[in-house]
Amino acid sequence: MLYSDKVMDHFMNPRNVGKIDDANGIGEVGNAKCGDIMKVYLKVEDGIIEDVKFCTFGCASAIATSSIATEMIKGKTLDEAWDLSNKAVVEALDGLPTAKIHCSVLAEEAVKAAIEDYRAGKAPGEQDCDACCLTPTLVPAIATSWSDKLEAD
Amino acid sequence: MIVYADNAATTKPSPRALEALVEVAGTFYGNPSSIHTPGQKAKEVLEAARASIARSIGADPREVTFTSGGTEADNHALRSAARLGAKKGKMHLVSSTIEHHAILHTLEALKSEGFEVTLVPVDGAGLVDPQDVKRVIRPDTALVSIMYANNEIGTIEPVKEIAAICREAGVLFHTDAVQAVGHLDLDVHELGIDMLSFSGHKFHGPRGVGALYVRKGVRLLPFIEGGAQERGLRAGTDNLPAIHAMAAALEESLEGRAEKMATVAALRDRLISGLLSIPRTYLNGDPDKRLPGNVSICFEGIEGESLLLMLDSRGIAASSGSACTSGSLDPSHVLLAIGRPHEIAHGSLRLTLDVENTIEEAEYILDTLPGIVEYLRGISPVWEKLEQTA
Repeated sequence: MLYSDKVMDHFMNPRNVGKIDDANGIGEVGNAKCGDIMKVYLKVEDGIIEDVKFCTFGCASAIATSSIATEMIKGKTLDEAWDLSNKAVVEALDGLPTAKIHCSVLAEEAVKAAIEDYRAGKAPGEQDCDACCLTPTLVPAIATSWSDKLEAD
Repeated sequence: MIVYADNAATTKPSPRALEALVEVAGTFYGNPSSIHTPGQKAKEVLEAARASIARSIGADPREVTFTSGGTEADNHALRSAARLGAKKGKMHLVSSTIEHHAILHTLEALKSEGFEVTLVPVDGAGLVDPQDVKRVIRPDTALVSIMYANNEIGTIEPVKEIAAICREAGVLFHTDAVQAVGHLDLDVHELGIDMLSFSGHKFHGPRGVGALYVRKGVRLLPFIEGGAQERGLRAGTDNLPAIHAMAAALEESLEGRAEKMATVAALRDRLISGLLSIPRTYLNGDPDKRLPGNVSICFEGIEGESLLLMLDSRGIAASSGSACTSGSLDPSHVLLAIGRPHEIAHGSLRLTLDVENTIEEAEYILDTLPGIVEYLRGISPVWEKLEQTA
């Protein structure tokens, strides 16, 4: 078989497929000419991805990478979602054929595009406090303590 | 239900062909090149198969050279004609934009050896205009190679007219007839063809065997060096069981051919009309000058590989010219050549039928496919945009 069982599962039974009507972050990447377009919808509340959905035009691996990427970022903070790498997507799918690795790159880019759209679209006053109001030097320390807290929870 | 609808890729060997294969492999094990009795018995089987194949295409047995398949036959024909042409200073080769890669990649290789290649275009139905061929033929043209029928979109080319033009111009004419032999009424002498390639597994014979017809009087250079098999043109111990089985399969496929193909064409037309009732769906290839079993459709807004795998999960085996299945970044060169934009070419589906397919199978495809197309369109951002702009 061309694909792993995991890829086929996510292709045949994709998770989080569809649209979010009141999404506050939408990212679209790819090109129909090349045969792949991924569109990711985010519903972000308090810096957490409360809901995520996707629509994809593309081959089985494009659909499977979209599906698993949305599964991997759901319930995560924006920063955690931002760190989702194409490599992690490939690993989670038990591998992809070499010719299909670009699908995992698209999935990573689609998530990042949706996060960027969310961040760009927010008026300054309603920006989540990503410690953006603090001086840059303090950010890493605070970020670390927050992630520690999250892990403990 | 399991529906095998990828007969242009390969057909299921017929029981008669398989029986012939096993019988010869076990009984006529002698090497046809040996002078002892088992060898000579094998030689008789080989020559009987050659005579049978020749009869099936209207040729003389001496005009048939066995090969490992259609690809080797194409390579042999093109390379031989090019090398012989080069000796006379003829460095120009003519073909079309929709040829099989066995032709196009061989031409690419010849280009790097200094040959000049002109590919004539096709119209929206995939037809080569014989007048285009006439226009591009030059005094230094060594060979014209135009396929008999296209493997992806099923269009049957006007090879008889093209052959006549080449004959008049004194240029060799080769045709890749891999999709035609065993399916269409075909007589090489009546068509005026100089060289013709075909493959056993496209008409229920075994894989790994084919033949090259070369008209008497046309020179052919050796392709594989070694022993004196195939009159020194193609060395290597003959694949006797496969050759014998190919001959049996071809004879069988030509028995009642017209009636069988009429049945297949009726199934094809039922499928085409049923599928075209899906919105934003297009038929690829000529509606009339078409292989009896070929259904080639583009569905806007979806990608072919997804469609294929979903069909496969419902037991339907088909193929596509999408980039993901072509093994390159671009969709099928044939679909692009007939003017399909990339985004539509990605949504192509090819169903190739055979006499073994039934009306129940066609109805099952028609019951299954629209739902899959609708589902994939439902999750496609491309389709969403098309809907918005409609």
